[in-house]
Amino acid sequence: MYTKDGESYFIVDAHVALWDARPENQRNIHGKQFIDCFYDYHRNLSPESEVWSYEDYLYQGGERLMKDLFEDGYVDHAIFQPAYLGEFYNTGFGQSEEASELAKRHPGKLTYNHHFDPRNGEQGLEQLRADAEKYGLKGVKLYTAEWHGESRGWKLDDPWAYRYFEACRELGVTNIHVHKGPTIRPLDRDAFDVADIDHVASDFTDLNFIVEHVGLPRLEDFCWIATQEPNVHGGLAVAMPFIHTRPRYFAQIIGELMYWIGEDRIQFSSDYAIWTPRWLIEKFVDFQIPEDLNEYAPLTTDQKKKILGLNAAKMYDIEVPAELRLPDADETATGPREPDRADLASV
Amino acid sequence: MTAVLAHSPRQHEAYDALGVVIDPELDEPITDLGFVRSVVVSGADVEVHLRLPTSFCAPNFAYLMASDAKDVLVALPWTDVVVVELDDHHDSDLINRGLAADAGYRGTFRHEADEDLDELRTTFQRKAHTAAVERCLTGLLRAEPDRPVESVGDVRLGDLPGDDHTEALRRRRTTLGLPDRPDALVLVDHEGRAPDDVPMALRRARSTRISIDGNAHFCRGLLGTRYPDEPTFIPLTQIKEHTS
Repeated sequence: MYTKDGESYFIVDAHVALWDARPENQRNIHGKQFIDCFYDYHRNLSPESEVWSYEDYLYQGGERLMKDLFEDGYVDHAIFQPAYLGEFYNTGFGQSEEASELAKRHPGKLTYNHHFDPRNGEQGLEQLRADAEKYGLKGVKLYTAEWHGESRGWKLDDPWAYRYFEACRELGVTNIHVHKGPTIRPLDRDAFDVADIDHVASDFTDLNFIVEHVGLPRLEDFCWIATQEPNVHGGLAVAMPFIHTRPRYFAQIIGELMYWIGEDRIQFSSDYAIWTPRWLIEKFVDFQIPEDLNEYAPLTTDQKKKILGLNAAKMYDIEVPAELRLPDADETATGPREPDRADLASV
Repeated sequence: MTAVLAHSPRQHEAYDALGVVIDPELDEPITDLGFVRSVVVSGADVEVHLRLPTSFCAPNFAYLMASDAKDVLVALPWTDVVVVELDDHHDSDLINRGLAADAGYRGTFRHEADEDLDELRTTFQRKAHTAAVERCLTGLLRAEPDRPVESVGDVRLGDLPGDDHTEALRRRRTTLGLPDRPDALVLVDHEGRAPDDVPMALRRARSTRISIDGNAHFCRGLLGTRYPDEPTFIPLTQIKEHTS
């Protein structure tokens, strides 16, 4: 819970990780390259006071995670979204056992989502069923640029992926978090293309598709698809820290999202441990769209409350104190919101 | 600050030639982005090293830029042996072997390549054009607050101010084969078609422009973090920042 100026915000951090990128867990050079890339994101976009040492960054452990999120970070509930990366790390990048054990010890605070890879075929499908039971899964995190033998990526509308989504539907694993990465066959086309989300969202209307990084680096394609599919949501992982380094740019991202998908389908996350939640939450509550960007309406306190926690809480059935709940906006389910704001001159 | 290194005329010529190589995703020259790490000339032989903001930048774009770089250097009248290498990338070995052997895109990526990268390049040329249109028209709307948004559908090239945004738009139009006449409509798609719904077309163009700008912010920032103060052809502190 975060309280400021008499307003209380229920916080759900919808994308956190407990990873192990220490040298002994790196399978090859790519394991080092991957964590170095994360560390550069961390160093480049964090306020100086929030930058960790490289050694701390390689592995944070459960105790530190609990402190960073729940003691220091105002978070009421956090959701693990592990990336497997088995080709880069011996025991994988996201630590399934450690994270799920932690979630078991703190069920009111943590939800553990797992992952699957449709290239594992029948065997992987069996595994998904076993995992759903073992972890009590409500959601999965999918990384389409995961390497797998000769393959360096897959698409959500691959026939095997559809078999997995059918299983998700049957198992009650309704929240599908999708992260687009850079390598996918064929390389002729744009690997970050989000068109496959359009197909699955239309074919599995009873599943939620949360597109992490709000589709960045393809924000515009994401917005265009999400505005037409009421079960597509935007996760703010990686977009959030712009609030510090590029607040005007952050304002434009939020402005676009409010226009195309509206206040009920945007989810806050710190992407811990890439960043820590405390400063992001403080800055977001203080944030306002600059007046000269008059193509966007100002962000209201209720909208901030929804983004910071209420939207994800609703999706995951997380109990929110009655006095902090808010009703859905009275808006269209598809198409742009407040179309009268479709231009500059009308404001 | 990085010491400014002394460069020979041929080094400068090679570096200037690289100025036409564009990052397709960011729509900016690799020289402006700081992606040229070094240019070494020895007689008629040139060796260029490129660097990118992360090890995991998309390999197809990385290959496009590196192979374009090799092409422009080979095309210089005085060059003999041209070596272009991409440093510190997860696909460096693969791409550098392919470049050295002139294996082409399909020869380099084998089973991961189907046809060629033309379609990919075209997709991003269209996005670059869309963003350039939005920059011009939003500029116009900001300069003339009373102008109704629907009217931007009637704006012609000749109505735009002679600024950098307009110049950039004209270059993007030429790339796509759109006419460069003063009476040509500005708000058109890559085939020159005007939209039915002008405000919506502008909104969509805006989200494209914001997406491209955001990626450029990321890439510049990450490059600076990854290679702080590295002696290079142009110090990072002198790399120019485009504004939009």
